[in-house]
Amino acid sequence: MALQLFLNGVILGSIIALGAIGLSLIYGILKFGHFAHGDLMTLGAYFAFLFKVQLGLPFWLAFVLAAALTAGAAILLNLILYRHLKKRDSVIVMISSVGAALIIRNLVLLFWGPQNKFYEKAIQMPIVLGDGLLRIKENQIIILVLALTLVIAVHLFLSKTKLGKAMRAMSDNIDLAQITGINTERVIIWTWAMSGVLTAAAGILLAFDTHLTPVMGWNLLLPLFAAVILGGIGSPYGAMFGGLVIGISQEMSTLIISAAYKPAVAFTIMILMLIIKPSGLMGKKV
Amino acid sequence: MTFAGVFSYLVFFLIFAGIYAVMTLALNMQRGFAGLFNIGIAGFWAVGAYTSAIMTKGPSPDHLGGFGMPFIIGLLAAGIISSLLAFLVGIPTIRLREDYLGIATIGIAEIIRLVIKNEAWLTNGVRGISAIPKPLAGSFGSNYNLFFLMIVVLVIALFYYLSEKGINSPWGRILRAIREDEEVVKAVGKNVVRYRMEAFVLGAFMMGVGGGLYAHFTSFISPEAFKPMQATFLVWIMLIIGGSANNFGSIVGAFLTWGIWTGTEFLTGMLPAAYTTQAAAIRVILIGVFLEIILLNRPEGLFGEKKYSSVSTADR
Repeated sequence: MALQLFLNGVILGSIIALGAIGLSLIYGILKFGHFAHGDLMTLGAYFAFLFKVQLGLPFWLAFVLAAALTAGAAILLNLILYRHLKKRDSVIVMISSVGAALIIRNLVLLFWGPQNKFYEKAIQMPIVLGDGLLRIKENQIIILVLALTLVIAVHLFLSKTKLGKAMRAMSDNIDLAQITGINTERVIIWTWAMSGVLTAAAGILLAFDTHLTPVMGWNLLLPLFAAVILGGIGSPYGAMFGGLVIGISQEMSTLIISAAYKPAVAFTIMILMLIIKPSGLMGKKV
Repeated sequence: MTFAGVFSYLVFFLIFAGIYAVMTLALNMQRGFAGLFNIGIAGFWAVGAYTSAIMTKGPSPDHLGGFGMPFIIGLLAAGIISSLLAFLVGIPTIRLREDYLGIATIGIAEIIRLVIKNEAWLTNGVRGISAIPKPLAGSFGSNYNLFFLMIVVLVIALFYYLSEKGINSPWGRILRAIREDEEVVKAVGKNVVRYRMEAFVLGAFMMGVGGGLYAHFTSFISPEAFKPMQATFLVWIMLIIGGSANNFGSIVGAFLTWGIWTGTEFLTGMLPAAYTTQAAAIRVILIGVFLEIILLNRPEGLFGEKKYSSVSTADR
């Protein structure tokens, strides 16, 4: 039982991790909590639904197109909203992102309706391992493989490419990064693009595991923020680790408390972290 | 529509706008004067509504109750429980940057929603609490709503007076100074965290009372009765339109925004009934776009920030 919950936790955790990487980088570079991140995730999942189910494209192509469109949406948000509010009080930027979240969610509701949607109708039989000790569906194996591939890609991007290094440098210390001649505007746009891609991937994988609903991303916003704070704001590796910890704790918590209170687990971990070490495990001082 | 019909609709409209005005005054205390970022308004609202409902109702087999307290005690309890909650949320977060408080308030609002939904012994779960007593029910016949409007106006007036009084006192001056430059205030030896916490708790008290008013007016509350994010968002729009740190602007902003919000209901009401979901979505999109336009083009709101004198009224 505990082993099964742990596995479920790893699956949820890798989805949270994918969303949290972008959230953490944006938080680190632009210095505000992006409250529309969960709803961008929803948008990505529905874009994939459009391509895969409504237009009948193969899954991989739907995935790529949805990721590209979500990246476009993220860049657009920056272009029409956040870029102009940059010089203002961070609360104004954050409330603007809350507005963006509501707009996105209701656009999804408008175009796709409130009912649950599925990428495929067929019910999958889980693969049983070790005399029923562990059950895993084929989809879940695909999720784990895809998530791992993306995380490795992000790692290579951040550590090997010039752009990736610039992102980390800006997230670390924006003034210092500017002095070294980094084109900050360009890096910001690429950060939004990368966050868009990763967020869409998180949304698609979540929907692949369960189903699509207009509130799926919003419901994950708190775990996303908890992962970011746990790992340390601005630290992409912290966000990956934080995501896994949050995912595993949420699933394992059902051993002790009612499953209805799963979302409270992320909140509790976040508050504990804020009391003990507000800068997070791998972050800098706040 | 007859004249009487229009009049009774107007009273109904003003009561709701008034309850929102209470919320906006409360948020102005937190955000306008102390710079605090609370996006869990719906949580404090719900705690106030449920507290007052449970305190004033007679015994019921469905949920905790049987206290049968008078209306005024219900409202006070609503405010107190709500401020207690704010105090607890504030302990770990208020000393940190404003975004942490924002995230924490969203979290606490979500947890409150979960508790209300799942702890049926306390709140009757998703079925909600009905038949919440109205103060002096049956005393005013068809003019009852007019009487309730008086109560709402009285609460607004009281909170407005206390807010103005507070902000013009030495306490309010320090609060505003913290918002302008925290380090300077620290340097003169003031406990910044304490002042912020006081503003947060006071605002939460007002929100709790506002929630109580809502519960008694509608007589029925349930976790599905209102959309938490929508309510929170409306209060923020009201504050931003009125102009932050301006109590008068907050009240005008609340009535104006509620007017626009109700107006969009008329607009989407023209769509066929089959499109109810779409109509509701369009309303939120419209009000969302409206906020973004205001934020981009008129950040100071309609009235801007009120210039408070640096000399308190008591000294003059």
